[in-house]
Amino acid sequence: MLQRSARGVTAGTAPSAGDEALARALSAGDEERFAHVVDAWSPAILALALARLRDREAAQEVVQQTWLEVLRGIERFEGRSSLRTWVLGIALNVARERSRAAARSVPFSEMGPVVGDGGVLPEDRFEPAGHPHAPHHWAIGPTRWPSAEDELLSGETRRVILDAVAALPARQREVITLRDILGCSAGEACTALGLSDANQRVLLHRARTRVRLALEGYFGATEPT
Amino acid sequence: MTHNGHMPCRELVELVTDYFEDRLAPTDRARFEQHIGECGYCGTYLEQMRQTVRVLGRLPEESLSPEARDALLTAFRGWRRSRL
Repeated sequence: MLQRSARGVTAGTAPSAGDEALARALSAGDEERFAHVVDAWSPAILALALARLRDREAAQEVVQQTWLEVLRGIERFEGRSSLRTWVLGIALNVARERSRAAARSVPFSEMGPVVGDGGVLPEDRFEPAGHPHAPHHWAIGPTRWPSAEDELLSGETRRVILDAVAALPARQREVITLRDILGCSAGEACTALGLSDANQRVLLHRARTRVRLALEGYFGATEPT
Repeated sequence: MTHNGHMPCRELVELVTDYFEDRLAPTDRARFEQHIGECGYCGTYLEQMRQTVRVLGRLPEESLSPEARDALLTAFRGWRRSRL
């Protein structure tokens, strides 16, 4: 009994308390808590930084700068989102500012409307509207991929996926990084990115479609219907 | 964009994420599922989108370098002192 409560106390020192308590602890200079969130959230910050900056060194610097800004602003955390979402939002701003400074201007791909052009699958994948039997049916259909998950997770397949993600427009890259690579909820991604739920889904869908298309090309898996 | 009729393949592929996120209107959801039950290509497509999401979620994480971590903890102590 005694041992159990002792262990309970030990476990209680891990950041299991609410976000506001965690923010207060950081604000009060609790180094153990700070080290814990740095270890827990830095991989996510790094992934987000890499969604904007291809340079690994620059991405590591974004992580540093993000945490310094978190400390500078911790008194302003109001608990309206989770602390993690708030930190990721800061990371996005730091990464965007840096990529803008690097490019000296906002790339055109960021300035276009979120919603606009049609789907991202090539037009010739589907029969035309005027087709006699099967309008809008697959003209070149997908065929099965290797079913073994192992092959889908092989080093080479990973390379295909990472290259496909790197080739996406910046906003799609941010959304797919948050949602699919980091496993954030739709709500968290919308808050961190300042997007509406609908726009977030459009960007996510385009990004997934493009990554799937890259895998399909790699596996050579299509056939005329 | 709710129709009662058959959902063409071209429309279905645009709705896969909305389907995963459970954001389709009930009638569209029914049309979507009916189509999946009848069309092998779209069934394969749906499964591949699922696999894509799953594989993305299993990419290895990169961590902060030990040097960068040490530098941060040092900066934290400096920040704490500056506030005393």
